Amino acid sequence: MSPVIKPLYFDSADKRGFRNEVSIEKPGNRPGNEEPRHGDQAKDSLAPKISVRHLDFFYGDFQALKDNTLDIYDKKVTAIIGPSGCGKSTHIRVYNRIYDLYREQRASGEIRMDGENILSPGYDLIELRRRVGMIFQKPTPFPMSIKDNVTYGLKMHYKMSRSKMMERVEWALKQAALWDEVKEDLDRPATALSGGQQQRLCIARAIAVEPEILLMDEPTSAIDPIATSKIEDLVVNLKDRFTIVIVTHNMQQAARISDFTAFFYRGVIVEYGETEKIFTKPAKKQTEEYITGRFG
Amino acid sequence: MKRRPATFRKLTNRLVVGLSGGAALLGLFFLGWILMGVILRGISALSPDFFTKLPTPPGVPGGGLVNAIVGTLLITLAAVLLGVPLGILGGIYLSEFGEHSRVAATVRFAANVLMGTPSIIVGVFIYAIIVFPTGHFSGYAGAVSLAVIMLPVVVRTTEDMLRLVPNTLRESALALGAPRWKVTFQVVFRAAKSGLLTGVLLAVARVSGETAPLLFTALNSPYWVKSLSGPTANLTVTIFNYAMSPYRDWQRQAWGASLLIMVGVLLATLLGRRVLKEKKRK
Repeated sequence: MSPVIKPLYFDSADKRGFRNEVSIEKPGNRPGNEEPRHGDQAKDSLAPKISVRHLDFFYGDFQALKDNTLDIYDKKVTAIIGPSGCGKSTHIRVYNRIYDLYREQRASGEIRMDGENILSPGYDLIELRRRVGMIFQKPTPFPMSIKDNVTYGLKMHYKMSRSKMMERVEWALKQAALWDEVKEDLDRPATALSGGQQQRLCIARAIAVEPEILLMDEPTSAIDPIATSKIEDLVVNLKDRFTIVIVTHNMQQAARISDFTAFFYRGVIVEYGETEKIFTKPAKKQTEEYITGRFG
Repeated sequence: MKRRPATFRKLTNRLVVGLSGGAALLGLFFLGWILMGVILRGISALSPDFFTKLPTPPGVPGGGLVNAIVGTLLITLAAVLLGVPLGILGGIYLSEFGEHSRVAATVRFAANVLMGTPSIIVGVFIYAIIVFPTGHFSGYAGAVSLAVIMLPVVVRTTEDMLRLVPNTLRESALALGAPRWKVTFQVVFRAAKSGLLTGVLLAVARVSGETAPLLFTALNSPYWVKSLSGPTANLTVTIFNYAMSPYRDWQRQAWGASLLIMVGVLLATLLGRRVLKEKKRK
């Protein structure tokens, strides 16, 4: 379907003036990559992409996550559901260490990504964030043209010719199902797009740098139903290439698009398993009550 | 329940509206008065000679203030070059990096105090640290004193404007793997661009009318501006000197210079507002 565009050149970390203690990519460490995919029944190819072990998270003195342990599987969609304030967003915000921006927030425990603990102090955040893209609740187009938005991360991580760059922009926008709507005018300011278009632009911007994991923090909660269904289709299409973790308030959405579902309540993972099982035969009473709408 | 008649409330309402409206009108009245006075008396001085000729001794007809106009422009430009980058960097520190640290709190407090410091004190200060040691007045010293006055204004507006940029924008740039400085200069700055420009223009408007600091630093000169390393002609000190003189034509030129400065400040302010408005329309 989509042409596989290999990163042409990894800007060496030293050139950017940043210490890089972590190797950039190890093909051998991406199990399940070469195996053929036949929908969701290919159970033996399940390989954890992210292994979370005993993760605790604090906002100052308040503990928002308690002893979270789960495996996120490669090239699958994992949905995180739960009532407001239960730590869903907090949980995925640890995966790319975006919480580092705030001095009073800290995490402890272990998150292994391809074997390496991303929470260790020396871990290269720039490289981590190239590998782990993120989509936020509200669309966040940068105040520049549509094209410049898509090339923003691209230029930072890869060196490529102008024509290759434009190919890449086209590819990313097509993947994000936005190309047909914007191809006439890529120099238009991104802020002039509609909300749903802006969100798809953000997805294009994130996948342009070829991340391995895509985190989506309630990506459709600020968007109308038609745009929402476009983005849901997108998620299903993108999982051939990316491992996707999506936080959602919408249980139908989780049921429709995800392979695995984790139910969070008050910072604790109450139940985690295959989406079908969680929604049809939940093991815990709390999960059942939540998905049947009795609380939350 | 007994109804309380509304007449009293209505009356109070009218009184408050009347008082606040009156206060606003009073302010406008004096502004209009000053404007009219300066325009009526200044307009006749603004001949072509005013913009092209050097000053003449009292009693000699003709002559203009071209040296003072050029001097003011140069001193202000030098002050902008000095004060704006420094102020913007300071504002970046306060908003993006220092934030809640003790250093930032101290800098913020210092900037607030400096903003309220009478400009004559800044003038005397620069006199003490530059004019006195070097042994002569200079346009550079004038530029430094204006830069000191601009600094806190630029620091605080920069901080405020950067703070208006939502954190989600910073997060999304960081999430793409951008280092902090790139996030600040490429994304946050762009989002706050017009606000920053407004801050700079308002700071320029603020200093272009300053007299006291220049009196102690650039002083004045009847000659052509060759460099800023000696006493330098400028409009505000010229107004001060000419307005105090007993000569009719000097006084008339002081009115002309006043009008010129007022128009300049007005233009800078209007431009600043225009930029801000354009941002909102987007």
